[in-house]
Amino acid sequence: MSPVMAIARTEARLGIRNSWVLLSTVILTVFAVLLVLLGSGATGEVDASLLAVSIASLSTLSVYLIPLIALLLSFDAIAGEIDRGTLQLVLATPIARWQLLVGKFLGHLAVLTIAIVISSGIAAILAIALDGNPGPQPLGGLAALAATSILLGAVFIAVGYIASASVRQTGTAAALAVGIWLGAVVLYDLALLGGLLASGEGVFARTIFPWLLLLNPADAFRLYNMSATDTALVQTGLGAVSGSPLAQGAWVLASPLAWTLAAISVAVVLLGRVRP
Amino acid sequence: MSASVDIRSVSKSFGDVHALDGVSLAIAPGETLALLGHNGAGKTTLFRILLGFIEPNSGEALIDGLKAGCRQARRLISYLPENVAFPKTLTGREVVAFYAQLKGAAASEANAALEQVGLGEAASRRCGTYSKGMRQRLGLAQAIVGNPRILLLDEPTSGLDPLSRNDFYQLIAGLAEQGTSVLLSSHGLSELEARASRVAILRQGHLVADGPLAMLQRDARLPIRIRVKTKPADAETLHREFGGRRINGASVEVTCEPDEKMAILAALHQRPGAIADIEVIPPSLDEVYRHYSRANPDKEARS
Repeated sequence: MSPVMAIARTEARLGIRNSWVLLSTVILTVFAVLLVLLGSGATGEVDASLLAVSIASLSTLSVYLIPLIALLLSFDAIAGEIDRGTLQLVLATPIARWQLLVGKFLGHLAVLTIAIVISSGIAAILAIALDGNPGPQPLGGLAALAATSILLGAVFIAVGYIASASVRQTGTAAALAVGIWLGAVVLYDLALLGGLLASGEGVFARTIFPWLLLLNPADAFRLYNMSATDTALVQTGLGAVSGSPLAQGAWVLASPLAWTLAAISVAVVLLGRVRP
Repeated sequence: MSASVDIRSVSKSFGDVHALDGVSLAIAPGETLALLGHNGAGKTTLFRILLGFIEPNSGEALIDGLKAGCRQARRLISYLPENVAFPKTLTGREVVAFYAQLKGAAASEANAALEQVGLGEAASRRCGTYSKGMRQRLGLAQAIVGNPRILLLDEPTSGLDPLSRNDFYQLIAGLAEQGTSVLLSSHGLSELEARASRVAILRQGHLVADGPLAMLQRDARLPIRIRVKTKPADAETLHREFGGRRINGASVEVTCEPDEKMAILAALHQRPGAIADIEVIPPSLDEVYRHYSRANPDKEARS
């Protein structure tokens, strides 16, 4: 087996043994089930399937939960190995440093994928049980939500490596990860909202705002999943870009893809500077 | 044969601290070199240079003629750091198989390595359940898996009881017979139990001794102690005659240079009536080590 796959397999195994898989699956599943059940109470009057409504609320929740779980998985990746002395061992072997990061990335992504697939599956089964046959479209929407959640997770796993490779202590890396989460999924949106309120219908709202929204992978994720349900877009601040061509289609996902690649590259450079 | 490890006047400083100052050492294939020194003497810095983790400020470190730290050099070398904590939830076999794969060896080689260090029985247990000595042996298994040509072991016997320490040196001797070069560090000579073919001593970044243990013992010229157990009435007279110091009322201890020993013993032999027993105590390994690691650096550098 190649070194990259050996590292990936060990990380996935650790994720399972350390109960990370179980914990993140339970968290995601509990919230998914709650949202489906809440949705089943609200859809009485609306002509929308239960699953479609659930997807809208699930994607809003995932914007917060997925980055948090991803960062918790990855913040320890380098700093923790320095702490425990195992980084010296790994780097004494002939593997290249990028191989270490790519291996860890694949392993952590596998852990997150298991959790997302299981929780989405349970949500789908529950929605079908409550609502009868929801038809192929909402099921496709749920699959897209799960796939883009994995992509969103990939971004923040990679960003977590930057935090982990730039400090030597696990505690500092953890603080950095929490800061990144707050900034990316809470403060960034608040700042955008403030800008939007201040500028009204000005240049900011029409030309700059959509790009800033795309720039943040979490917002790009939300944009992609909400464009499926127009009602949800109207209800949120995202409605401002619904008319913009930027909000159309799958290429919105170029943002999280680019972020993932960029973050891994930066982390590789940072790891290259680590003197174990 | 060319040297496996060749350290050529390597110097390294961290800020104002000179961790290594012009250190030269060569280790031949199949040779075991014990590197001794206090904490902070520069042992770990030397290891980190040999692994390519840090660059020396001057001089060079070569592994089989290759620059230390390059990929080909890392293929030949294996490392056991002083402090390492393997993931508690992995089994011993999983840990060793993981490092085997990183070294490009088959995962199945883990079993043989675990057998060699005596962890065959415990291989399927999670290493969180291992005792301190078992964890140390697990680290050793990780180092020897994949048949490295050069072993760098930082304090490998700390935490081992005397019995496992003996097993450890037997294992190292077996590997050395197959041509593996071993560089191991230790706190003191007594821990080595005279098992290394060569001993080098670092003091504050300087190499103050390098040679076979017997040579270091001889060159140290430490005094020999002769302890004479006297008949109760004769302690006082013997003490007056030979000097030294009184112990427990009925013993006299005389210290002398190695070449005076025979003369004193001969003189004692003339007094059979007064003496119950004679004990000759050569300088202990710890004393030899203390001599080199504490003595005046100027004097030592020239020896």
